[in-house]
Amino acid sequence: MRFELKPPPHALPTTSVPKVMRHVIYALAPAAFAHVWFFGWGICINALIATAAALGAEALMLRVRSRPVKPALLDGTATVTAVLLAFAIPPLAPWWVPVIGAVSAIVLAKHLYGGLGSNLFNPAMVGYAVLLISFPVEMTYWLPPRGAELGHSPVGAWDSLRFAVTGSLPQALAVDAVTQATPLDLVREGLTSMQTLAEVQAGPLFGGMGGRGWDWVNSLIAVGGLYLLFRGIIRWHIPVSMLAAIAVLAAVFHTLDASRFASASFHLFSGASLLGAFFIATDPVSAATTNRGRLIYGAGIGILVYAIRTWGGYPDGVAFAVLLMNATVPLLDRYTRPRIYGRPR
Amino acid sequence: MSTGTPIARGLLPERLIIPMDQQAGPAAVPVVEVGQRVRKGEMIGRPGGLRSAGVHASASGTIGAIREGPVPTVNGLTTSLCVHLQTDGRDEQAPSEGWPRERDARIDAICNAGIVGLGGAVFSTAEKLRDDAECDLLILNGAECEPYISCDDMLMREHPLEVVRGALAMMDLTGAESTVFAVERDKPDALRAVREAAAQLGDTRIEFARVPTVYPAGGERQLVELLTGREVPSGSYPPAAGCICQNVGTAFALDRFMRRGEPLTSRIVTVTGNGVAHPANVEVPIGTPIGDLIHFCGGYRGDVTRLILGGNMMGYALPGDNLPITKAGNCIVAAHADEIRESTGEWPCIRCGDCADVCPPRLLPQQLLRAATVRDFDQLDSLGLNDCIECGCCDIACPSQIALTERFRQAKQAWAVVSQRAAMADLATRRHRRKLARLAAQTEDIHRQQDDLIAAIGSEDSRAMIEAAVARASRRRGESDTAH
Repeated sequence: MRFELKPPPHALPTTSVPKVMRHVIYALAPAAFAHVWFFGWGICINALIATAAALGAEALMLRVRSRPVKPALLDGTATVTAVLLAFAIPPLAPWWVPVIGAVSAIVLAKHLYGGLGSNLFNPAMVGYAVLLISFPVEMTYWLPPRGAELGHSPVGAWDSLRFAVTGSLPQALAVDAVTQATPLDLVREGLTSMQTLAEVQAGPLFGGMGGRGWDWVNSLIAVGGLYLLFRGIIRWHIPVSMLAAIAVLAAVFHTLDASRFASASFHLFSGASLLGAFFIATDPVSAATTNRGRLIYGAGIGILVYAIRTWGGYPDGVAFAVLLMNATVPLLDRYTRPRIYGRPR
Repeated sequence: MSTGTPIARGLLPERLIIPMDQQAGPAAVPVVEVGQRVRKGEMIGRPGGLRSAGVHASASGTIGAIREGPVPTVNGLTTSLCVHLQTDGRDEQAPSEGWPRERDARIDAICNAGIVGLGGAVFSTAEKLRDDAECDLLILNGAECEPYISCDDMLMREHPLEVVRGALAMMDLTGAESTVFAVERDKPDALRAVREAAAQLGDTRIEFARVPTVYPAGGERQLVELLTGREVPSGSYPPAAGCICQNVGTAFALDRFMRRGEPLTSRIVTVTGNGVAHPANVEVPIGTPIGDLIHFCGGYRGDVTRLILGGNMMGYALPGDNLPITKAGNCIVAAHADEIRESTGEWPCIRCGDCADVCPPRLLPQQLLRAATVRDFDQLDSLGLNDCIECGCCDIACPSQIALTERFRQAKQAWAVVSQRAAMADLATRRHRRKLARLAAQTEDIHRQQDDLIAAIGSEDSRAMIEAAVARASRRRGESDTAH
């Protein structure tokens, strides 16, 4: 009898890239449902458009680079990038916003650096940064949460879709009338116009920790993150060090001057703190790979997020913080290697 | 699935292929001739040097041939001289030589009896025991090296007394202060059995330790760290950390030799996998062709795609089943296609670091992969390529399903070639430099002689000699002029 000759190990692998990506999507699902409940169907429309654009860009780039197209399209990585991007785009967005974001993410951030596994920067955050810098107005079309009693009807699924396609709403609704700044925006604007934090947070959008609706979305993002931790898809180092850095800084400044600096819980539950900590900073390709490196990387992001929010030019800073720390990863990987077994201490 | 039934015995194939190269050291040298009758336990190969070991007839019969043939060794499939033995089924035993009194004689006897490490590394047991390094701890390794393998478990359950007696003898021979007997947590029966055996023998020196069932806890470097917190220095063996590791199968073999004078002629082999009809642990005469062993276990079942010697983590695939079981052969897996890894293509590395989380020597396989791809040997060195124990854990954990271990194996080979070439180039450079120095010295010698001559020319005597010579020359010229 003759048998095949293959090198060891012969045992079956325990996981695969598509499986990992599938679990990331599962983990985002509860938060997406909450998002739909509070802010309408916009996120789903954006996610679908972004996914289609990302897959198209991926296929095109693979063709251009003469790489096999099918396995890469099925690995789920472009889909995850697109869905994460959709979480960062306002629910009311013309179709070309998610398209430009997704194409920038896949073409600029991913394939120009060599495709999956070779990109230095987080693709979703590059896509978001491109949108934020190029279309600052469109990126403010956030909607008020359900139940905020702001005196006008919420935008329905049909209206969102219509806006996505045509870029305008039915006559009765004007874009400026229906959109609403996010809690982080309001805090920022209020503080620059010399209001105290307590005055700003007395508004109808606040209540709870990070703002109405956002509390739910972000809590469910944390639940999804814990699911990924539990499944062993991400490790604790980055989320813990990033959230701890934000919380400690916020707590210190809040204690010093509560009228000008928001509390730790507000910082953790508003904006993209939790999404960033569990889903964006933990993107394996662009994050540090050693445990010590991960702690430094996460803490660096947390510090930058707080600094940008508090003293920088943007209401939220997760995207820029992640991109800045991405650039330090090669260095972190090199100088935080663990001591090898049997080598001198 | 191979621990449900007791160790199966009575396997005696018609023909045994007994390789001379069965131990980590040099091959044994045949001491029999074709046509010669041998009894079971008779020496057929004497130790071929330091770290070698004797090889013995595993059954009585007639030597059919002595020729080169393929042999699965620890270093892969190689060619070795093999003694082919036609068995006669009479099972005649060679007379035993008895257990010597002196320590040195005992250790020589262990070497001649062919006892080597039966955990799979087949390192000379005599050399390990002889080593006078300052070892204070003897570790009895009852942790299987791989998930599929259960031969040590079964041996401890069925022969605890022999194993413990062998361990005590090892203790006396090494003079180790303490002995730890390590058994995996999921083998409570084995642990109970050896504990009771120790109590029965009235021994209180052996300490028993339950170790977690985490592959590769049975690897000696990992076991030393687990039990003592010490690390075996990079590039050396457990004695460098004050420990000696001995497999329980080796202890069993030692006891058999001490008490019955029987050299090592058989070992327990785990036969498993979905492709074998009755998985079992079998006491196998050394040299049994694998096909006979499978036949003994009810033959093949279904479509066997891969035949693996050793476990499915570190064992290697065999091309056929006409190869013999050697002292290193702890397990045979006859695998169906659905229980083994098919290399169906890989995704690019996504740098998730799952590989680093499972790496026992705490390497960064993902960084190693990058350096291995571009053959950056300086980087590979600082990342610890040669500290890789090739356990295969990173392959299993990798979501991109990259064949990491195989890449590292290839990189190690490439590195060995490169360093050998570098060493040769270095040697050539040194030779060339030495030659230049030699030539320079010679030139200097000649110059010194010339200088001496010139110095001599300056003296009074030489001036007279020169004048005489000039006079002689002009006279001769004058003579030649007149001749014309």
